Amino acid sequence: MTKLRKLSFDAIVIGGGGAGMRASLQMAQSGFKTACISKVFPTRSHTVSAQGGITCAIASADPDDDWRWHMYDTVKGSDYIGDQDAIEYMCSVGPEAVFELEHMGLPFSRFENGRIYQRPFGGQSKDYGKGGQAARTCAAADRTGHALLHTLYQANLKNETTFLNEWFAVDLVRNKEGQVVGVVAIEIETGEVVFIESKATVLATGGAGRIYASTTNAHINTGDGIGMALRAGYAMQDMEMWQFHPTGIYGAGTLVTEGCRGEGGYLINKDGERFMERYAPNAKDLAGRDVVARSMMTEILEGRGCGENGDHVHLKLDHLGKEIVHSRLPGITELSKTFAHVDPAVTPIPVVPTCHYMMGGIPTNVNGQAITQTDGKDTIIPGLYACGEAACVSVHGANRLGGNSLLDLVVFGRAAGIFIEEQLQQGIEYAIASSDDIDLAVGRLRALDANDKGENTATLKRELQSCMQNYFGVFRDGEYMKKGREELNALRERIAGIVIGDKSKAFNTARLEALELQNLFEVAEATAIAADERTESRGAHSRRDYPERDDKNWLCHSLYHPELKNLTKREVNFSPKTVETFEPKVRTY
Amino acid sequence: MLVSVYRYNPETDREPYMQDVEVAISEGKDLMVLDVLNLMKEKDQSLSYRRSCREGVCGSDGVNMNGKNGLACITPLSEVVTNGKLVVRPLPGLPVIRDLVVDMGVFYKQYQRIKPYLQNSSPAASQERLQSPEDRAKLDGLYECILCACCSTSCPSFWWNPNKFVGPSGLLQAYRFLADSRDDATEERLADLDDPFSVFRCRGIMNCVSVCPKGLNPTKAIGHIRDMLLSRAT
Repeated sequence: MTKLRKLSFDAIVIGGGGAGMRASLQMAQSGFKTACISKVFPTRSHTVSAQGGITCAIASADPDDDWRWHMYDTVKGSDYIGDQDAIEYMCSVGPEAVFELEHMGLPFSRFENGRIYQRPFGGQSKDYGKGGQAARTCAAADRTGHALLHTLYQANLKNETTFLNEWFAVDLVRNKEGQVVGVVAIEIETGEVVFIESKATVLATGGAGRIYASTTNAHINTGDGIGMALRAGYAMQDMEMWQFHPTGIYGAGTLVTEGCRGEGGYLINKDGERFMERYAPNAKDLAGRDVVARSMMTEILEGRGCGENGDHVHLKLDHLGKEIVHSRLPGITELSKTFAHVDPAVTPIPVVPTCHYMMGGIPTNVNGQAITQTDGKDTIIPGLYACGEAACVSVHGANRLGGNSLLDLVVFGRAAGIFIEEQLQQGIEYAIASSDDIDLAVGRLRALDANDKGENTATLKRELQSCMQNYFGVFRDGEYMKKGREELNALRERIAGIVIGDKSKAFNTARLEALELQNLFEVAEATAIAADERTESRGAHSRRDYPERDDKNWLCHSLYHPELKNLTKREVNFSPKTVETFEPKVRTY
Repeated sequence: MLVSVYRYNPETDREPYMQDVEVAISEGKDLMVLDVLNLMKEKDQSLSYRRSCREGVCGSDGVNMNGKNGLACITPLSEVVTNGKLVVRPLPGLPVIRDLVVDMGVFYKQYQRIKPYLQNSSPAASQERLQSPEDRAKLDGLYECILCACCSTSCPSFWWNPNKFVGPSGLLQAYRFLADSRDDATEERLADLDDPFSVFRCRGIMNCVSVCPKGLNPTKAIGHIRDMLLSRAT
């Protein structure tokens, strides 16, 4: 085999979204040789599409706001399988992380007194659920993700982070001692394959919403980090937990922020009824996303959907008046005109629950260290870290609250950066990889290039997506999931055997799309097995055959093991450091 | 529908060429140009282009469609197709890497050059820096830039002097920081731009305004910078 070119860094971050750039910024600030590796130019990452805001108790809208109330909401939102030590860390460190973003220049919207504007979002309360709706989501109009991502890119430029833009990570390199020593990546422009060696490898590769046919996620959200980790044999946590966002634009799947309902919008069925009043009498349209999505699907399935086929509902905003809609929700106005051909200040937007967010992922501790289990005990994977949507810390448990993903990615991107910084200061050496170790990581690429009989990416991707959509959507059922698993079994070999119709080197996107589909498949399989085997309903995981939450058996994380393709259980943390444990209760809104 | 698309593979083609392809489009559907490219790629996987969010916020898929720059993902066919034909070329004026993929290096270099980050020499407060809603409103129409390069690559002044003229996108961002009440590096920023090329090569052609997919107005921002430079000189 020809020897690969080698690049060496103290730390590498794979992924140039919010989490990845927050981590790389932290390490670049302290002068370590850090590279951020991204398959797209960083501001093309999916963080850019986040709209409504970043939830955090900065006590601007309400001077008495308390991060503990935010913590209570998040624990409840997670349906009690969010780790309370991690949620405590996120909610208490949050304000500092948000103020840092403001100091970097993030153009937050403002209140009259000059402080950061906050809006109400779903699942938010004051005084541990007893004080009514809170307004805790910090916003830059309805373009908060865009503002945040660009600000982080700018801060990285200021601190001279090395960017390897348009480089595609293929697989992790591990040595015989089980240490992660870097990654094999393709420089997309030339097609050259390079070994990137590092003392610390951070996976910040985001989500994988493209396993579903209908998703708010960008084309690039293909779970590359999850795919790499699964192929390396590492366990994944809570992969059955997928959030379906209540308001994806019908037909197009593009996101309409929950902030619309925060600003006073609400959902109506074909009779014009504000149906959320029936399902969540207190929070109504601002109940947890899982609750709202299920209520919408129930309306549709019971024949009260809108349109000719009765297959969507309407999001009504026109009563707010043109001024509010156009000034606070300018991005939504644009998107609705482009993709639904309506001006939301005049006509309701047709919406339908759409795959949005992966609550599961690579299990980590609050320092971003990736975890696996041996003999039922947590062990650290040496050299590997994860943060953002790719990671499962877990702060979202079975259902994420709106505005918590941006907070998750800055808090834990930052935390991973701080921890690796300390490790590097104490002095860690490069772990040695043999040429066999590196060769192993190039294997997938080599096999793909060698295939000459098989099917193409587009056909296989469509089959995978429709299988996931049909059998593993908002409502699930054991019998159907068995069918789905069979279909997936049949797809595995076919996807391993993809033939690409173009084997050239320079900017070959056909090769990348095939590699991405293989990653999607790994994610889909983990999802399917975990969903089928968690025999209860909790948060976003809703089963017709097991409609109740089962705390006796399932108040725990699921761990999916790729080699045995089985599921084990991992304890949820109920031991926050500074507050009392929030005990599981019946979850109503 | 007939689609004519710019093709160039550096490994096999000595020079670029236009390829005509007949694409079947279902009746009554007003697809976006990106959807059409995706259909074409299913048939011919060697066609290369960038895309990510597919909703007009990431700025990946800036291309030239029937002579006008825009984002393929939010441009419906009804808006661009003339005489039943769609013509797609890479953004003009930048080196082509392959097909519709251009080398954006010089564009990013001009962005970096204006120091696109907040500079404030006073120590940061323990909370956020305060900013009135009126001061914050001054950033509207500036911060929304998605770096798609549709504007700069439609600008004849940028075609001529891409290394010396900052271009509409970079200048819009320069003004975004000049206009920010929290930034105190105004003097340094203006000094960096004070030469015959960086700003003053703008001839007010306003192609940037007519193509910006986000409806922003770089010419207006450039006007403000000119005013600041002129009042600084007197």
